[in-house]
Amino acid sequence: MSTTEEAVATTAVGGPETVRTGERAAEKLEQAVPAPGRRATFRIWRGDATGGKLQDYTTEVSEGMVVLDAVHQIQAEQANDLAVRWNCKAGKCGSCSAEVNGKPKLMCMTRLTDLNLDEPVTVEPMRTFPPLRDLVTDVSWNFRVKQRIKPFRPRAPDAPDGSWRMAQADVDRVQEFRKCIECFLCQDVCHVLRDHAKYDEFIGPRFLVQVAALEMHPLDTEDRIDELKEAFGVGYCNITKCCGNVCPENITITDNAIIPLKERVVDRHYDPLRKLVQLMRGRKP
Amino acid sequence: MLHGDLDGLEDLVVAEYQTHEHDVLVIGAGGAGLRAAIAAAAEGVSVGVVSKSLLGKAHTVMAEGGMAAAMANVDDRDDWRVHFADTMRGGQYLNSWRMAELHAREAPDAVRDLEAWGALFDRTPDGRILQRNFGGHKYPRLAHVGDRTGLEMIRTLQDKGTHSGIHFHMECTVLALLKDGERVAGAFGYDRERGRFRLLRARAVVLATGGIGRAYEITSNSWEYTGDGHALAYQAGAALQDMEFVQFHPTGMVWPPSVRGILVTEGVRGEGGTLVNSEGRRFMFDDIPENYRAHTAASPEEGWRYTQGDKNARRPPELLTRDHVARCIVREVREGRGSPHGGVYLDIAWIREKLPNAAEHIRKKLPSMYHQFKQLADIDITKEAMEVGPTTHYIMGGIRVDGDSQMSTVPGLFAAGECAAGLHGANRLGGNSLSDLVVFGKRAGEYAARFAREHGAATVDTDSVDAAARQALEPFERNGSGEGPYQVQHTLQEMMQELVGIVRREEEIVRALSCIGELRARAERVAVPGNREYNPGWHTALDLPNLLTVSEAIARSALERRESRGGHFRDDYPEKDPAYGSFNLILRKGPDGEMSITRESIPEMPPELKQIIEENK
Repeated sequence: MSTTEEAVATTAVGGPETVRTGERAAEKLEQAVPAPGRRATFRIWRGDATGGKLQDYTTEVSEGMVVLDAVHQIQAEQANDLAVRWNCKAGKCGSCSAEVNGKPKLMCMTRLTDLNLDEPVTVEPMRTFPPLRDLVTDVSWNFRVKQRIKPFRPRAPDAPDGSWRMAQADVDRVQEFRKCIECFLCQDVCHVLRDHAKYDEFIGPRFLVQVAALEMHPLDTEDRIDELKEAFGVGYCNITKCCGNVCPENITITDNAIIPLKERVVDRHYDPLRKLVQLMRGRKP
Repeated sequence: MLHGDLDGLEDLVVAEYQTHEHDVLVIGAGGAGLRAAIAAAAEGVSVGVVSKSLLGKAHTVMAEGGMAAAMANVDDRDDWRVHFADTMRGGQYLNSWRMAELHAREAPDAVRDLEAWGALFDRTPDGRILQRNFGGHKYPRLAHVGDRTGLEMIRTLQDKGTHSGIHFHMECTVLALLKDGERVAGAFGYDRERGRFRLLRARAVVLATGGIGRAYEITSNSWEYTGDGHALAYQAGAALQDMEFVQFHPTGMVWPPSVRGILVTEGVRGEGGTLVNSEGRRFMFDDIPENYRAHTAASPEEGWRYTQGDKNARRPPELLTRDHVARCIVREVREGRGSPHGGVYLDIAWIREKLPNAAEHIRKKLPSMYHQFKQLADIDITKEAMEVGPTTHYIMGGIRVDGDSQMSTVPGLFAAGECAAGLHGANRLGGNSLSDLVVFGKRAGEYAARFAREHGAATVDTDSVDAAARQALEPFERNGSGEGPYQVQHTLQEMMQELVGIVRREEEIVRALSCIGELRARAERVAVPGNREYNPGWHTALDLPNLLTVSEAIARSALERRESRGGHFRDDYPEKDPAYGSFNLILRKGPDGEMSITRESIPEMPPELKQIIEENK
């Protein structure tokens, strides 16, 4: 890496030296890829709501491939009915969530060069949601949860044209939460849902992030603190941080979203003095 | 009622379907579909939305750069007139001037609507919505959120829609539109989960199905973009327009092969990124079209100042319109000055020469691009140049609509967003798509609601429902005895890429048309294994007829337009021909079932709009 940095440091604006660094990057890639004609085995879960089993497929792998490419290739060549959700294939839509070698991942962003291809690569559906078929799970619960969150309610506009004024610094922290692509990998890995199946009492990290985005939105005037404590079950989270570790957008879910929400609940419900002051000021905590 | 009508057919599997009834049925749940649904629901009618994927996954999510709206937050010289003139110039004056006018006038309010529903755009120092430079826009005009503006839009509309009393049919695909005489009466489709058929009765239907990118091999579009809305409308008797104009975005990833076609936002160039060939030359300075010369920087230094907000500087040639930039890249590659993998270099790393905190600046302004290259190509764009080349991105052509109401030539059938034609003419400016979605999505929703209120319930012809269902199940009956659908799809994509791609010739297009005929015969014989439950092979088989219809429409129009203009480039007619500047090409399904093509004159522009164009020349 250091040689690359040095090379760039000496380039002229848009000049040929910068270009050469691009070529070097291509060379770097070529060294890291599997040899042409290399084959790898993918152990893919096939089945439906009634059950299923892992099935091996061997296919040719080539440069730069991701797990979703391999799945598509198998689908096109060996198993036309292999069910998989996907859309953008660029890590932006959050459709192709699955468990690759047991780890919650977006298949489109999991490169084969990061996996040991000497062993079969296991690809299974997210375990927290009911299986529909093959790699596709029933994630409809998430959409029902979303419906239960009180919508955005802005303060009156700041300007006659109906617009508002906000400082970028105040927008920054909410923009982090709004990077969420709703892949539901955080929901998949969360033990409150995965191991304890608290679907009725806990909304999961994704929707705590959404509540945080609303609660910390500079314009929002709605109050969701009571639901957080009761219906949304923020107390169930014991901050193991598994959710943040699997987030493809690197959202700091627990530290930046869930812990501040927990603090708001504590302030409201367990600090009578503060509550009194807030009531007198008539302000939202 | 309907089930009662079919009592005698219970032995036929086709008789089994769920029936839903909505005043307005919206097909498509990207930006345009969701905006239409919200607008229709606000009018007090019942609304159903059909979404081919899960909600919030539509292609809108991929839009990066921003939405164009002349709010003049960054440069107070901007107003709707300049935006109108820019859009018409970009579209080579084949645009519907009425749509270009409405779009430019209404886009600022459309942005403000999103803010009122919770969207958080990047801010100016005084707290207003920040706007960035983009190709073909005279002033900084794109409201944006880093390089994930589409995600912000879709999530905002999704969350608003979720609380608007709309019925969502998630993971549901429409196979046919149903008619009652001349008028639309609903749609017939299936859900992916179980493969069950759905009859969706409606008084008005809004098509918002997006594009056709999957007709090509190299594309930024996802599996959904198979021209469904175009084909549904065409089969229902509606006219298509401008189908020869396909936008090849100049900068898609070219390496490694598995990511080929994935979009690299124009925002990279907006932030100062340069296009460089293998000889290290900024080749865009070598070919600046006459009608843009007055607006283009004379030197790299002036171009850089423009990207940094200097109001006295003109834009660098990298920000010329997409059609032109894409062709310049093709030329460099063809003439042997390309990068190792058949693209050219896009360099943003060089700005470290200009900015002390360049790496941090790039990661902040282009976070998705930084991660995309880091994760998929092992390239750190703050240190190295990217390799890029053209990728099929967008179709300017689509369903012919009335500029004000967005109604197609079929009563009660509306269209908005990419699947509608008119706003963009021969070439779309970057940033004009997101604003198109919300401006015309809103209009389509409102006018569809009005149509639904003013017209009684339509009657559905059950024979056509049964025919559609029977046809849909045929691939299963051929299991074991036919070709798989993926082979046909891949052959079509390769053929369109090669024969009706960026550079076109008469003999190649003629060959493409005969290939389409052969592929249609093959598509009618494809077989799929398995059953109806979430079976992608079956879904691919059902998408094929739509892909073939739009491919034929593109090829027929491309053959007819014997000139080069905007997104359509004919190697055998490389010049723009003024004689072709006065009409749109219109396609209809003829009485014999064949595709017919006619020339329709563009109506005379009102003097006040003409004057705006003159003033902004």
